[in-house]
Amino acid sequence: TTTLTIETSVPFTAHKIDEPSRSVETTPKELLTFFRDMALMRRMEIAADSLYKAKLIRGFCHLYDGQEAVAVGMEASITKKDAIITAYRDHCTFLGRGGTLLEVFSELMGRQAGCSRGKGGSMHFYKKEFGFYGGHGIVGAQVPLGCGLAFAQKYSKDEAVTFALYGDGAANQGQLFEALNISALWDLPAILVCENNHYGMGTAEWRAAKSPSYYKRGDYVPGLKVDGMDALAVKQACKFAKEYALKNGPIILEMDTYRYHGHSMSDPGSTYRTRDEISGVRQERDPIERIRKLILSHDLATEKELKDTEKEVRKEVDEAIAKAKESPMPDPHELFTNIYVKDSGLEVFGPDRKELRYALP
Amino acid sequence: KEMTVRDALNSALDEEMSADPKVFLMGEEVGEYQGAYKISKGLLDKYGPERVLDTPITEAGFTGIGVGAAYYGLKPIIEFMTFNFSMQARVPLRSSHSAIDHIINSAAKSNYMSAGQINVPIVFRGPNGAAAGVGAQHSQCYAAWFASCPGLKVLSPYSSEDARGLLKAAIRDPDPVVFLENELLYGESFPVSAEALDSSFCLPIGKAKIEREGKDVTITAFSKMVGYALKAADILAKEGISAEVINLRSIRPLDRATINASVRKTNRLVTVEEGFPQHGVGAEICTSVIEESFGYLDAPVERISGADVPMPYAANLERMAVPQVEDIVRGAKRACYRAVPLAATA
Repeated sequence: TTTLTIETSVPFTAHKIDEPSRSVETTPKELLTFFRDMALMRRMEIAADSLYKAKLIRGFCHLYDGQEAVAVGMEASITKKDAIITAYRDHCTFLGRGGTLLEVFSELMGRQAGCSRGKGGSMHFYKKEFGFYGGHGIVGAQVPLGCGLAFAQKYSKDEAVTFALYGDGAANQGQLFEALNISALWDLPAILVCENNHYGMGTAEWRAAKSPSYYKRGDYVPGLKVDGMDALAVKQACKFAKEYALKNGPIILEMDTYRYHGHSMSDPGSTYRTRDEISGVRQERDPIERIRKLILSHDLATEKELKDTEKEVRKEVDEAIAKAKESPMPDPHELFTNIYVKDSGLEVFGPDRKELRYALP
Repeated sequence: KEMTVRDALNSALDEEMSADPKVFLMGEEVGEYQGAYKISKGLLDKYGPERVLDTPITEAGFTGIGVGAAYYGLKPIIEFMTFNFSMQARVPLRSSHSAIDHIINSAAKSNYMSAGQINVPIVFRGPNGAAAGVGAQHSQCYAAWFASCPGLKVLSPYSSEDARGLLKAAIRDPDPVVFLENELLYGESFPVSAEALDSSFCLPIGKAKIEREGKDVTITAFSKMVGYALKAADILAKEGISAEVINLRSIRPLDRATINASVRKTNRLVTVEEGFPQHGVGAEICTSVIEESFGYLDAPVERISGADVPMPYAANLERMAVPQVEDIVRGAKRACYRAVPLAATA
């Protein structure tokens, strides 16, 4: 296969480190995979939006459309031995790690076939066998947890790194700085990835952060600002960060990205930003369109072939939803399973313990 | 043979670290300082800085790191403690409140939320409960707080045998365990059996111990209050009341079976704890007995607990704020229908 060298959309901006080259090596196969994977993620999130509006998904649901390049670019430069941990906007990160559409839609609809058998919900996806450690609902808490994964990788001499993802809102959390300090003291292979979509819920970054240069917020820890809408730039930055972290310790990557949807399903996403801003990003920076243009300009596929891919992806999503709808709700006994690993003999109680009470087998 | 609680904890840590390379100790002053209370004495020399880690005073940060390491499959022991320029160092599990989010939301719930994918084999340990002369922010029992949370196991040892057997059980357990010690017990010596000194020794989690058998009244207690309950039982015995003392050992799971069996025998119950009364461990025990053994009760359940106030500093006030032996004696007599004034005039 041929190798292509493609320039990133904008240069990297570095803090206390020499930035990597703007020239990214890729292959036709990789670009086509990026296109397909991102189209699948996009379609999955749009479908989740419809399912939510049809009241098939309950509670919270945070969609990732617009940010897909971060998930696919990161995966392109790491292995399943590396760990990823993120916050509640976790559907696409899970898919990127090797989770399936059926697991996603079943979990979203609270079905037995879900990745957490319907017990986690939208914010709590996990795939430990592929190095995905969730899916966390407490803003910022996943960063110390991620540094702990990095600690364990170093302790176990696994030569692997952890990517701990957080938003620009979480970037102001105190525990993030505590964990970064310890990671730097102990040279942990932790890569803090700030997915800066510019709004913490409805609060613009400049209203929440005195310095919205998140890649510089580690002070003594080096950082890199990356165009998070450019999958190739993300790939280059993650490869660079992994090499750096294995040798030296933590590094921050700020991914300049954008979410098209509101913060969650209750947020139309239009009160704190203009429609023009959103459509402007869609037209000029969309991560899927960027890859489409690259593919077409290098004659790697025809416009029709890409349309066909999008059709296939759509069909795949529809089939997964149909299958997920067939999956039963969790068995009532699941209410009491997994509270503990060792639970034999454990006495469990329902709301009326005279009615519902037993010792686990 | 006798052993202090401190040596019991130290030897349990040592043996489990020696047995399993995945076990490591992390916390404030656990390494070079040898532990603010010397519980980790000698471990840094023996196991090195990779396994005995001094942290900055950032509980939320290092607790999260510990939980993350447990997600990956290591077996961290997180010690909560802050050093205060003296050997009478301070802040203990009490400082766990800055880390409580990770204990509850990151540790206790992960196995459930992930349907068993992410278990969290971690131990959070340190001194808990009323200390002496340290004021309200450093003197509080967290047993009821942690024990109200499903997904956690909460242990509280009294004797050296408890300390060894329960700490070893906690470290080996695949689930998150909060291990509540008491700094006023660290220096106390207890007899230990040869069996308890064996490196394979381990106590079951979720089982209470009948510390002293009796037939007239049941007294439940944990940690330091077990000693007080035993002293109260001695006094009661002289007055012809035979008290059964239950050392809870495990606050969650709570050994309801042992408590109820005892109450069904004695028909009377006194609960003792150092913590605040409202929504406390005693309240839960009382409810359990009312649910399961109401017909066996010959008297209202009596509750002895810490006073319902922040811990005062002055010695006289502090003494009034924590349960004393005489409080337990009085409660037991009340349960046995021997009101104190009557006894005094008899």
